[in-house]
Amino acid sequence: MSDHASEPPVLEITGLCLSYYTRAGEVPAVYDFDLTVAKGESVGLVGESGCGKSTVANGVMRYMGHNGDIVGGTIKFKGRDMAEMSEEEIRRVRGKDIAMIYQEPMASLNPSLTIGQQLMEVPIIHEGVNKAEAFQRAYDMLSAVHIPDPKRLMISYPHQVSGGQQQRVVIAMALLSRPALLLLDEPTTALDVTVEAGIVELIAELSRETGSSLLYISHNLGLMLEVCDRICVMYSGEVVEEGTIDSIFSWPKHPYTQGLFGCIPLPHADKNARPLVSIKGQLPLPHERPEGCNFGPRCGFFEQGQCDKGLIPMEGVHTDDDPAHRVRCRRWEGIDVTEAVRVDEVREPIEVGETVLEVADMRKYYKVRDRSLAALVSGGAVREVKANESISFRAGEGETVAIVGESGCGKSTFAKVLMGLETATDGEVTLDGTDLGGIPVNKRTAAQLSSLQMVFQNPNDTLNPSHSVGYQIGRVIKRFGIERDSVKRKDRVYELLDTVKLPRAFMTRKPRQLSGGQKQRVGIARAFAGNPKTVIADEPISALDVSVAAAVTELLMDIQREHRTTLLFISHDLSAVRYLSDRVVVMYLGQIMERGSTGQIFAPPYHPYTEALLSAVPIADPEVERRRIVLEGSLPSPLDPPKGCPFSTRCPRKLGEICDNEAPPLQTNADRHVIACHIPLEELREVEPVISIPDRDELHAAQ
Amino acid sequence: MVQLIIRRIGMMILIMLVVALLLFLINEGDPRLIARSILGPYAQDQQLNAWVIENGYDRSVIVRYFEWIGRIFSGDLGDSVIYKRPVSEIFWDRLGNTGILAGVTFVIMVLIALTLGVLAGMKEGSLQDRAISVFSIITTSIPEYASAVFLVGIFVFWLGWLPGTSSMTSGFDPVQMILPVLVLTLYGFGYIARMTRASMAEVMTTPYIRTAVLKGLPYRHIILKHALRNALIAPFTVIMLQINWLLSGVVVTEFAFGYKGFGALLLEAALRRDIFVIEACGVAAVFVAVFTQTVGDLGYTYLNPRIRFK
Ligand SMILES: Nc1ncnc2c1ncn2[C@@H]1O[C@H](COP(=O)(O)OP(=O)(O)OP(=O)(O)O)[C@@H](O)[C@H]1O
Ligand code: SF4
Ligand code: SF4
Ligand SMILES: [Mg+2]
Repeated sequence: MSDHASEPPVLEITGLCLSYYTRAGEVPAVYDFDLTVAKGESVGLVGESGCGKSTVANGVMRYMGHNGDIVGGTIKFKGRDMAEMSEEEIRRVRGKDIAMIYQEPMASLNPSLTIGQQLMEVPIIHEGVNKAEAFQRAYDMLSAVHIPDPKRLMISYPHQVSGGQQQRVVIAMALLSRPALLLLDEPTTALDVTVEAGIVELIAELSRETGSSLLYISHNLGLMLEVCDRICVMYSGEVVEEGTIDSIFSWPKHPYTQGLFGCIPLPHADKNARPLVSIKGQLPLPHERPEGCNFGPRCGFFEQGQCDKGLIPMEGVHTDDDPAHRVRCRRWEGIDVTEAVRVDEVREPIEVGETVLEVADMRKYYKVRDRSLAALVSGGAVREVKANESISFRAGEGETVAIVGESGCGKSTFAKVLMGLETATDGEVTLDGTDLGGIPVNKRTAAQLSSLQMVFQNPNDTLNPSHSVGYQIGRVIKRFGIERDSVKRKDRVYELLDTVKLPRAFMTRKPRQLSGGQKQRVGIARAFAGNPKTVIADEPISALDVSVAAAVTELLMDIQREHRTTLLFISHDLSAVRYLSDRVVVMYLGQIMERGSTGQIFAPPYHPYTEALLSAVPIADPEVERRRIVLEGSLPSPLDPPKGCPFSTRCPRKLGEICDNEAPPLQTNADRHVIACHIPLEELREVEPVISIPDRDELHAAQ
Repeated sequence: MVQLIIRRIGMMILIMLVVALLLFLINEGDPRLIARSILGPYAQDQQLNAWVIENGYDRSVIVRYFEWIGRIFSGDLGDSVIYKRPVSEIFWDRLGNTGILAGVTFVIMVLIALTLGVLAGMKEGSLQDRAISVFSIITTSIPEYASAVFLVGIFVFWLGWLPGTSSMTSGFDPVQMILPVLVLTLYGFGYIARMTRASMAEVMTTPYIRTAVLKGLPYRHIILKHALRNALIAPFTVIMLQINWLLSGVVVTEFAFGYKGFGALLLEAALRRDIFVIEACGVAAVFVAVFTQTVGDLGYTYLNPRIRFK
């Protein structure tokens, strides 16, 4: 925290009320919001989607869009009330004293100006420097954000560089004039984990150097733990709890904060012994907030007569870690919030049955035509992209196999081959004894189709907006010939809605009348309509809010338990993978780097890539220690992969020429645990664990 | 980019040849009709036949087509039936006149349209936006002949400031250009202005404009450097297509003001079946159409770095 007690805080918000005006009337998105950010401090703002985090950031910037307005309260920047500043003064504060970084780096850069032009204008406008100096400043800043070859970048257009680099450019732009306050609105949500790890480290490093204060908005509690000193938990337009990281993580007082912790798959969560607990219900819309406590309808500690009346004030909690810890709950003294997330029912683990799916040496090459004249002349007009290279693994009945890797590693291609949307170039994909690898989807029998179904990442893209939920599920049942009789078919749809825990009345709803989580449930119901033996779930929860994600995860596992379904879980979220899968396949650039049981993958010996992936995932538990490895560079183009080991361009443990030139051998560590690397297994076994988890029960005993 | 230009020019030539073939087939497909239009309505069948053979029109239509193309390239456009003079003598002159009228109108119209479009789109829903939008809708919905009559009423008969005709009988006179240019601009600018407005309004809501605002750039700078360039990409193609309209769409205006231009020539020729003039005008119109389309596409690619540097 700050040592400059006499100086006014960088940002001091009191009683802030922000509203949007829509056709339905005024939407009070944020009200009575207080927040102070001291010099050099970094404060996190967490909460579910729609709780008003971005609105706060926009309010601080005094940029509320054409239908938003600041309706009350004050925002003081370095002691000065911003409401009293003129337009011109505000403009000079923006970008110079307060800078902002957003979620979508590509969209926030101008597509028709070069990166250099966009960077240089900041010092030119704010400090009146000449072009040569502005160039130098921009160039130096690009080097400071660790961009290789800044010279080339200066003359590139945004679309010519990768997503991670774009975000670095946006960060460079924000830091160019060394702002006193940096607002970050989900700056890494759109990025891959390994890229995210680099960016997070960079932000911490640079803000330490420039002494900027940070207001860091995210829904990722693990990230908060890493970058922030203090956090504010927001719920439906107000702060419900605030305190230092240590205090909030060790002594959460608000049932909502505790609820959020119960939703994230921490390392000690276990799908059988300690399942996730989602928060029931949904965030109320700003104009439909209940009387009394906003969280009341979703709170397990709700007491009539106490929680449903009047405005609930923030009260000091004064924990050992933070005397300033405050919470907005009437009953905080009388309740033990950890009770809310304790589930005593211990579930039986599913026994894995016989092999259902076997993939042997599957390859998928795409041909791409190079239309440039040079390629036509040299005859190299058709090139191959090796999207999948010798993929082999097995999955048994009732087993969950996770496929992990960064975007572009070939996960989705693999799913497409399985589904028959693409045919394999080589190798076998055996499902229930038939080789499906070469059979495209339109040649598959109804039985083959129904035994293999898919749940997609974005529920919006896969549901037909013009048909009702019931119709869409019913059609799948009809197509697979499961139920011909229309009355029985309706019963079956009802059953499926029950299975995915949706009210039967949703039968007649259109997709647009559902929330994201509800749509994903419909997607799941549809996938399970044909009683599939195997379900591929392609990032089924990554588009969802934490609480909804927890609910959908649990739902998938309940259905799996009941039907003994084999689940292929495609994901980049290693916390979720650790939580729900039995086996893991780690892919990089179309090849399997390591595969084994979840226990084997998450403990040494690691493949160097697995090690880096594990170290990139932030964990929302201050007790867990994690070794950091930040990968340099980005994924090589699949058109031009490295000759030897695919990971050789970024591997921190690279041996030397052998890695560049020779494909690594498959080394078998234990039964079905295979690592593709030149480093001998004995040496890999010596590697220290990336994550060390203290024994929870011991900890509780000590308390 | 170079490769794209070559490909587009190749495409353009091909389209020209095909359209010219159609034009040729319609006009010269039946040799007896040509003979009829040249020899007049009272010529006997034998006369017609003799003329056809004498002038080589009994040969296959494809051979004649290529001969015709060859002649065009050497500058020979045939003889006008009405004026009994080589078409090229009248044609270039008229095309030039229309070129001047269209060129001046184009520059003024595009400047006004872009300025108003940008001003309107900059602040969507503002008073200035609504005023501009209503004005441009009104002007576009008044046909040229109506506004011509109206403007002549005001400036010629009432105020007496401007001449009512633009026949340029005593040499080129800029004052005579004012009314035709005004009529055309009024009618044509609204479309471009509305396209620009829509495009500008869309650009103003993009995250990169938000970035520019929150970088603390002055408003002028945001509009001129960040918004304009992106906002002009979409209307550019429309602007190029307006050239097309200017070449043929001026007929009414030229007639209204007695301006001796291309449109008037084409209308006259069509009414009196002056085959070779029709052909020359047709080829010119097709050329302009295909050419502006090509320039429009190439310009679009050039303005848009996302396509240019793929
Ligand atoms: N321009 C707008 N017009 C009307 N309502 C809006 C507008 N922008 C946001 N809202 C509403 O204000 C509330 C707060 O939205 P906000 O974007 O601040 O949430 P958030 O916490 O940033 O969510 P997310 O995590 O999804 O980014 C929501 O109910 C949202 O629907
Ligand atoms: S005030 Fe009552 S309803 Fe609200 S969080 Fe506290 S216990 Fe739950
Ligand atoms: S083979 Fe070499 S480059 Fe590849 S992972 Fe092993 S050490 Fe790294
Ligand atoms: Mg947001």
